[in-house]
Amino acid sequence: MAKTLFEKVFDQHVVSQKNDTFLVYIDRHLIHEVTSPQAFEGLKLSKRKLWRKESIVAVPDHNVPTTKREEGIVDPVSRTQVETLDKNCKEHSLLQFDMRDQRQGIVHVIGPEQGLTLPGMTIVCGDSHTSTHGAFGSLAMGIGTSEVEHVMATQCLILKKFKTLKVDVSGKCHPLVTAKDIALYIIGQIGTAGGTGYAIEFTGEAIRNLTMEGRMTLCNMAIEAGARSGMVAVDQTTIDYLKDKPFAPQESLWELAVEKWKTLHSDNDAVFDKEINLIAENIEPQVTWGTSPEMVAGISQSIPDSESISDNRKGDFIRALKYMDLNEKTAIVDIKLDKIFIGSCTNSRIEDLRDAAKVLKGKKIHDSIKLAIAVPGSGIVKKQAEFEGLDKIFIDAGFEWRDPGCSMCLAMNADRLEDGERCASTSNRNFEGRQGKGGRTHLVSPAMAAAASIYGKFIDIRNEING
Amino acid sequence: MDKFNTIISNAIPLDRSNVDTDAIIPKQFLKSIKRSGFGPNLFDEWRYLDHGEPGMDNSKRKINPDFVLNKIEYTDSQILLTRENFGCGSSREHAPWALLDHGIKVILAESFADIFYNNCFKNGILPIFLKKNEINKLFNSITDTPDLQLQINLSEQKIYLGDDSFTDFEIDPFKKHCLLNGLDEIGLTLEQSHEIKNFEISYFKKNPWLVKQKV
Ligand code: SF4
Repeated sequence: MAKTLFEKVFDQHVVSQKNDTFLVYIDRHLIHEVTSPQAFEGLKLSKRKLWRKESIVAVPDHNVPTTKREEGIVDPVSRTQVETLDKNCKEHSLLQFDMRDQRQGIVHVIGPEQGLTLPGMTIVCGDSHTSTHGAFGSLAMGIGTSEVEHVMATQCLILKKFKTLKVDVSGKCHPLVTAKDIALYIIGQIGTAGGTGYAIEFTGEAIRNLTMEGRMTLCNMAIEAGARSGMVAVDQTTIDYLKDKPFAPQESLWELAVEKWKTLHSDNDAVFDKEINLIAENIEPQVTWGTSPEMVAGISQSIPDSESISDNRKGDFIRALKYMDLNEKTAIVDIKLDKIFIGSCTNSRIEDLRDAAKVLKGKKIHDSIKLAIAVPGSGIVKKQAEFEGLDKIFIDAGFEWRDPGCSMCLAMNADRLEDGERCASTSNRNFEGRQGKGGRTHLVSPAMAAAASIYGKFIDIRNEING
Repeated sequence: MDKFNTIISNAIPLDRSNVDTDAIIPKQFLKSIKRSGFGPNLFDEWRYLDHGEPGMDNSKRKINPDFVLNKIEYTDSQILLTRENFGCGSSREHAPWALLDHGIKVILAESFADIFYNNCFKNGILPIFLKKNEINKLFNSITDTPDLQLQINLSEQKIYLGDDSFTDFEIDPFKKHCLLNGLDEIGLTLEQSHEIKNFEISYFKKNPWLVKQKV
């Protein structure tokens, strides 16, 4: 029977089945300092062992400082979390890239970068943006701490089959329209609950043309559309990316693996529970104007007119605009900014930094910008960027060049917005208070954030900048 | 986990959609390495007028008198009534921990984010999907009578409003079984250790590159 990519990967991992509930085997378990301590504690209390230590890879990312790392973590509570992770990894002899390891970085950046994320795997992490890894044709899911403990103890998860949703983007995008814009556009179309209960598979010419980094950005944002997982089929782009990654299979095992990976796509006549078709040419650079990723508009557009909002959403609309201190019908290009953040597991890979640096080259940030920071996703990304001289471009333009971590994506460390500040951010969530209490977030692509830093407001990069 | 018994309580009307886990428990409180103690910081940014940080004496902070959780009639409520897509955002289990620590045992909503929905069951909270008109009806009734008692009967899968039957609700039989009996899922899965080991043998034969990665 014809199968979707999701069904292929899911079915290969079923240990047992009872009615519509499956026990599903997990290949890769990524852990970080925020959602793992209570799981280790739970194991200890119930005297249970880790089922398969080699499946686990640990990295601290949420709490790590992005400056003066050699001085350690100042905040005692953050420090305890990171030290607890160190201690747990040591005690159980787990692979960890600790804060001083050059390979340290945001968990969703380092997995693929190290070849720890492979096609066809089931991958979990106590973090919702685990969907990122689906870019490799794997089934990757964010889980809660109880499930982290469950996977540690049993190597399995209890799951129901997700429904399947195909989002097809046909045609070619404008050269300055990126995976981030595609992702925000999709969320604008289907809403933040549009993917609830589904595994989304992204297909179509515009998706095939994305690099692996772009596909990761897209799958990363699948969770903001409500989906548990986002996936892209394996093709030559996937295989080329993985070749010679440190933990990828080598030699004869590589050949065997590639042969298998090439089967990881939906069959031609596979049936999805739902399909959505979009056209790449319709996608402009996107900017969110509200407090949910679905409150988004193209750069040439304006914030909607309240007349066009349905009655049951009006309350949310008014509350969002009040929080954002914006008015209905304001043009997106009239929104002025205080801070710029380039980073997060959505957009902190080398290509993202290249995109931003291209815009910034030879330019200075606008006088009205109080702070602009660039935070590479990992030590490896940072090193590569410095090798290419990107750090100089950022610094010359007036950006701060930081050490890797989650940073201002969720403001758990010292990087945050102050009350009322407005930020162009390449992260993934514009919720109230996400980047600091009272802070106002506009989600955009790296090139759009860079352009906004030069002009102090949003601009249509398609007009001002040569692709 | 405690067994889930019938809950009788009034319900807190939180009239918002898309309430995310950052709102339920702001990130500065995630730095704890424990599972308990999050209750006083549930909805911290809405509940207090000042900025909260871990370690503060919450009883000395300025509360927001307009926020529904702070109204005297809801101090002991065990039921939260809300709208669409409750619990969206991060996978942090601190969100259900905070709700539970505050005393919430049941959440009634039009829809939930997937990960949050799952996390609730692992912590003995019952999330219930209701239809839009049912949710509207409950909001209206509660606005008129804030101390209106709801009864949530899990074994019958029924909700009573005062003495009258209000509606039935759906729940996965396995989740219901675990809640009613306070069962630990890890223990149940480990009863299948043998099957898991057998699976591994054939799985690694087919995917030899996954057996052992150099560390
Ligand atoms: S960068 Fe942001 S979204 Fe990504 S893992 Fe870190 S906190 Fe979560």
